[in-house]
Amino acid sequence: MKSLLKYLKDYKKETILAPLFKMLEASFELFVPLVMAAIIDAGISNGDKGYILKMGAVLIALAVIGLTCAITAQYYSAKAAVGFATKLRHALFAHIQSLSYTELDTMGTGTLITRMTSDVNQVQSGVNLTLRLLLRSPFIVFGAMVMAFTVDVKAAFIFVVTIPLLSIVVFGIMLVSIPLYKKVQQALDKVLSRTRENLTGARVIRAFSMEEEETQQFTKANNHLLDVQVFVGKISAAMNPLTYVIINGALVVLLWTGAIRVDAGIITQGAVVALVNYMSQILVELIKLANLIIQITKALACAKRIEAVFEVTNSMELCEKTAPVQESNDDAIVFEHVGLTYQGAGDESLSDIDFGIKKGQTLGIIGGTGSGKTSVVNLIPRFYDATKGKVLIHGRDVRDYQLQELRELIGIVPQKAVLFKGTIRENLLWGNENATQEDMERALEASQAKEFVDAKEGRLEYKITQGGKNLSGGQRQRLTIARALVRNPKILILDDSASALDFATDAKLRTAIKNLSEDMTVVIVSQRAASIQHADEIIVLEDGEMAGIGTHDTLLADNEIYQEIFYSQFPKEGAK
Amino acid sequence: MKDSRKTEQLEIIKKVLNYIGKYKFFLIASVILAAVSVILTLYIPILTGEAVDYVIGPANVDFAGVFDVLKTMAVVIALTAIVQWLMNACNNKIAYQVVRDVREDAFRKIEILPLKYIDGHDHGDIIGRVIADVDQFSEGLLMGFTQFFTGVVTIIGTLIFMLTINVPTTLVVVVLTPVSFFVAGFIAKRIMGMTRLQAQTRGEQTALINEMIANEQVVQAFGQEVKVQERFDEVNNRLEKASVNAIFFSSLTNPCTRFVNSLVYAAVGVIGAFLAISGRISVGQLSSFLSYANQYTKPFNEISGVVTELQNAIICAGRIFALIEEEPQIPDAEDAKILENPSGNIEMEKVYFSYTDEQKLIENFNLKVEPGQRVAIVGPTGCGKTTIINLLMRFYDVKSGKIQVDGTDIRELTRESLRTGYGMVLQETWLKAGTIKDNIVMGKPDATMEEVVAAAKASHAHSFIKRLPNGYDTVISEDGGSLSQGQKQLLCITRVMLCLPPMLILDEATSSIDTRTEIRIQKAFATMMEGRTSFIVAHRLSTIREADIILVMKDGNIIEQGNHEELLAQNGFYANMYLSQFTAS
Repeated sequence: MKSLLKYLKDYKKETILAPLFKMLEASFELFVPLVMAAIIDAGISNGDKGYILKMGAVLIALAVIGLTCAITAQYYSAKAAVGFATKLRHALFAHIQSLSYTELDTMGTGTLITRMTSDVNQVQSGVNLTLRLLLRSPFIVFGAMVMAFTVDVKAAFIFVVTIPLLSIVVFGIMLVSIPLYKKVQQALDKVLSRTRENLTGARVIRAFSMEEEETQQFTKANNHLLDVQVFVGKISAAMNPLTYVIINGALVVLLWTGAIRVDAGIITQGAVVALVNYMSQILVELIKLANLIIQITKALACAKRIEAVFEVTNSMELCEKTAPVQESNDDAIVFEHVGLTYQGAGDESLSDIDFGIKKGQTLGIIGGTGSGKTSVVNLIPRFYDATKGKVLIHGRDVRDYQLQELRELIGIVPQKAVLFKGTIRENLLWGNENATQEDMERALEASQAKEFVDAKEGRLEYKITQGGKNLSGGQRQRLTIARALVRNPKILILDDSASALDFATDAKLRTAIKNLSEDMTVVIVSQRAASIQHADEIIVLEDGEMAGIGTHDTLLADNEIYQEIFYSQFPKEGAK
Repeated sequence: MKDSRKTEQLEIIKKVLNYIGKYKFFLIASVILAAVSVILTLYIPILTGEAVDYVIGPANVDFAGVFDVLKTMAVVIALTAIVQWLMNACNNKIAYQVVRDVREDAFRKIEILPLKYIDGHDHGDIIGRVIADVDQFSEGLLMGFTQFFTGVVTIIGTLIFMLTINVPTTLVVVVLTPVSFFVAGFIAKRIMGMTRLQAQTRGEQTALINEMIANEQVVQAFGQEVKVQERFDEVNNRLEKASVNAIFFSSLTNPCTRFVNSLVYAAVGVIGAFLAISGRISVGQLSSFLSYANQYTKPFNEISGVVTELQNAIICAGRIFALIEEEPQIPDAEDAKILENPSGNIEMEKVYFSYTDEQKLIENFNLKVEPGQRVAIVGPTGCGKTTIINLLMRFYDVKSGKIQVDGTDIRELTRESLRTGYGMVLQETWLKAGTIKDNIVMGKPDATMEEVVAAAKASHAHSFIKRLPNGYDTVISEDGGSLSQGQKQLLCITRVMLCLPPMLILDEATSSIDTRTEIRIQKAFATMMEGRTSFIVAHRLSTIREADIILVMKDGNIIEQGNHEELLAQNGFYANMYLSQFTAS
């Protein structure tokens, strides 16, 4: 939490004023029993109606001051808490955007989203509550005790005993039940995952007629949850009766002591009433405090998780200076003995990758799943840093580019076809903010997307829903290709991006891209031999190593793995 | 419209009562205990007042009287504590058991819902209903109910106790207290717009965060960080404004109602004091009154909160009941036959089918498959190849026409026997959380270890399973965890290999499997298909060419049908598709 406090810096005034006004309100509340005692002792016993009215006015004045203080406190704490959360969210979002792929991989985007939304909200209400109540409740508890001392020292000792006793009960039960609630959560998670399993696996479960068994398993998990809940419920149900007994027990003792003290003439009847009132104020506040502590514990846990995100920083060393461009070099992509070990992984995912292609050439990369194809292309826009060797783009080490400058050269079409909510035009503009209508039309045509875009209502203004759900897989893929083309990239990377297209469309796409620009270097990653066989250079990957490099003809002649792949896809050709 | 909403709410409440009805004993006990506990609690201030009255001044204390009162108090306190604990226990019992029952019913419904429902609804939403909504409704309804009930009893009890002490002072309390209720209501109404705006803006921001963070890689690949941050900040700042307003104004309720309470307290103090001077009430009674003035207003302050909570609970209950009452699939006919050892003769006759009424899909489709024949289903991705699987396995029912297995309409067979007759391997593999063995024996729970290993060997999965940390006892998570796509598919094949039904539905892999594994899968498929009627969603030419029947699909329709040579001769869509694979190269 400490490191997050800096986002409260701009709200120093609010952070101090909110609890201050809250305490002010509380102290006025503490005067009420005293005023009442005065009414009883001075007013009633003397029959002084004027005095009683005066005291009545004092009570109302106390209420008005209390209200004003409370409203002021609420305002400052709301402002501070919300402002804090806003700044925190801004910083967190910016921080997440600054992370490299390596960090995003290790943390997982799902976690990051929860941190940004529900965790920040929890912390916000935690801050709000803390500012308002954390000081107020103990203040009233001890204030009531102090006031009791001013009334009568001996009677006040009952408070001295009661308050710790109550605290032990309230916090003791909390301490016992909090870990138990974790058990409840675990049991609930089991129920949840069984439910999810039966939704995602509905087809398989029904195909194997497993409904009965699944229901039995669910019932088991569900009953287990019930048992844990009832058990925990029994413990926390004891909280109210126990506090009730203690506080009212204290009341009995207080009345008896009061009786003796009054009889001895040490205190008055009104004083006894005041003491009784203080006792009930304490009970109310202690229960509030217990709830507050639960809330704050939750908020602190959330704050810790947010801090953990801030502690992760970009592991790449970024280049600040802009080196002069060397256009003379006609090397497009060169890998020099590149090795890559992902963070947390034991072995190298890529080892000794060594090749080079010229500008305007096409490079094909083929290999099985997990052979490292995507890892190779991810090194080109420097999504990851090579852990061995170096990657050169247009003759310069990728680490000597500014990231922005490097990535502007490259248009990448990732494996997963991701589009964003918004119109088709807005999505295409991601590739290049300054793209003209003409650029976009050309890109759509080349990516074989024109036909279906034409059929959409409003064409480029057609609204894509979140995640592109209103388009088919193939349509999404073609639009992501168009988005990369709008960039007019020097290097185009297609990472298995035609998998949802049929062979005919795939072929047309490749021809169109080739015709688009003479000097565009194209990297095609695929599992289909047909997609890469016309490349100028083909790399065959196997288990992160280069099992071969060459053209289709040379590889087919002497590369065993390439033969295996090719003939498994074109069997009869092989027989010829 | 308001009326229809009300009757709807009443309906929901009736259903909730049905669930609670099972625990009538606890419910009645809880209500009685609550009433007793409230009355006992209210009795304490009276006793305190009486005690105070025995304590008048120096050397003027009736110790015997005080002692008697305190003795009664001790008994009342002990009783209250016991009653409260029992009441809490009863409430927990009701709440948690109702939750358990509702979840059980919901789950049973999920098992018999038509797949159309499961396919057509967001799983997150269904899970939300079963988990969060149920929790919220039980908590809100039961806690809301007890609070409401104790609130009402407190109000009535306090009124009666106050009236027995003194009528005019009671009137002061009765007239002034509801003011706090109105104040709370007034504030609530005023801020509704603000809270809605806050919720809306927050929703907008969450959607943006979801979209951008989940695809941060793409954001960075296109260097859009700054732009995205700008968009985020714009929403973030709007949210700040909306939140400050909503939070501040809604936090006014509490101080305002407390203010009204203080006014009531002052009024009771002054008027009570006047009455005490004239001897109409005692000081002790005044002190009882002051406690009552506090207690009487409390339920009023809480009730407004309780009402919103109850309404929320009813909405949640409505959502879960909507799931529970969802139309289930048509149950098996009473006299449904059991399909035994089918030979694999499948006939589709004049089949019409579509998912929605607007979009016609399969029309007047006829197909005759002899035992042991292979049917390849081909077409571009997204052409609806799974539709055929859905119909064959009776995940969906045909609109008209019929599908027969061994001469019997599948609707006259039990679903279980029909589905056991098929072995299905889908490309979208699904594994359940559990061990590898658990996953393999799904179709045959009593299989021996030898059978399992034999099946794994036959499907070429044994070698990789052996290398897993705990072999066949390795625990995997729902999505298969560290297993590769190909390994997952091999496991699914093993699952079918273990029971080897006479009819098969297979889905060939497209792109996500490496060649070596793919060759294994091919071999496993070949072993399985030996002598069995099989439907294969096919991507590779060899499979297609060797099929006895090829179904060519496009946009959900079956547009061509025949064997390889016939279809080539037709020179239609299939021929075009086939040729493009070679001309493309």
